[in-house]
Amino acid sequence: MAQSFVNKSMFALAAAAMAFGGFAGSAQAQREPAYDAARKAGQVGEKMDGYLGIVGASTPELERIVKDINIKRRAVYTERASAKRSTIEEYAFTSGCLAIAATVPGEKYQAPDGSWQTRTSAPPVRDSRCAAA
Amino acid sequence: MTISKLTLSTHAARPAEQRGRQVYGVRRKLAVPVLLLGAAMLSGCVTVNAPSEPIVIELNINITAEVVYRLAEDAGNTIEENADIF
Repeated sequence: MAQSFVNKSMFALAAAAMAFGGFAGSAQAQREPAYDAARKAGQVGEKMDGYLGIVGASTPELERIVKDINIKRRAVYTERASAKRSTIEEYAFTSGCLAIAATVPGEKYQAPDGSWQTRTSAPPVRDSRCAAA
Repeated sequence: MTISKLTLSTHAARPAEQRGRQVYGVRRKLAVPVLLLGAAMLSGCVTVNAPSEPIVIELNINITAEVVYRLAEDAGNTIEENADIF
């Protein structure tokens, strides 16, 4: 019974996602092309605090991308932190652990010492508290 | 010819001009610190230039591994559901 409910709700979710995705033909929302390109180029990176940062020289375009993403992330963190009865910083930090772990080779991330690192095929250097995440 | 009124005090009374001068003298003494204060206030205006880099306030020190452990699953789902901004 519970299983069927899960299956049904997942189907409903998938259907809703398909409807929302519309003609893009994608069930899941994709990154904005400018953001995606900046990530791949290593111009932006994942910070430890769960937000995006500019790596190297800043441009108005990069600032726009980073600000836009971070405002959206903060809204999501705020909502979820409230639901999980944690602080926004705690939720953001946990998400940062996961976002750094999810980087692909060539992308940038912030190491515990604050320096920018390029992700390789090896696991990223993360804060010791990230072990659980 | 100036006429001074004698008093019983040790000092002889002085004519009005002299007394006035003394009053102005006191004012002049006051004027110096007032001017200095004014100058100090002017030069004391600290010019703050906004840094181009955002100011990062490290609040991470209060976050424990236990909290990260507790939130990890939910955060993982959140990232999946909001793949466009991660």
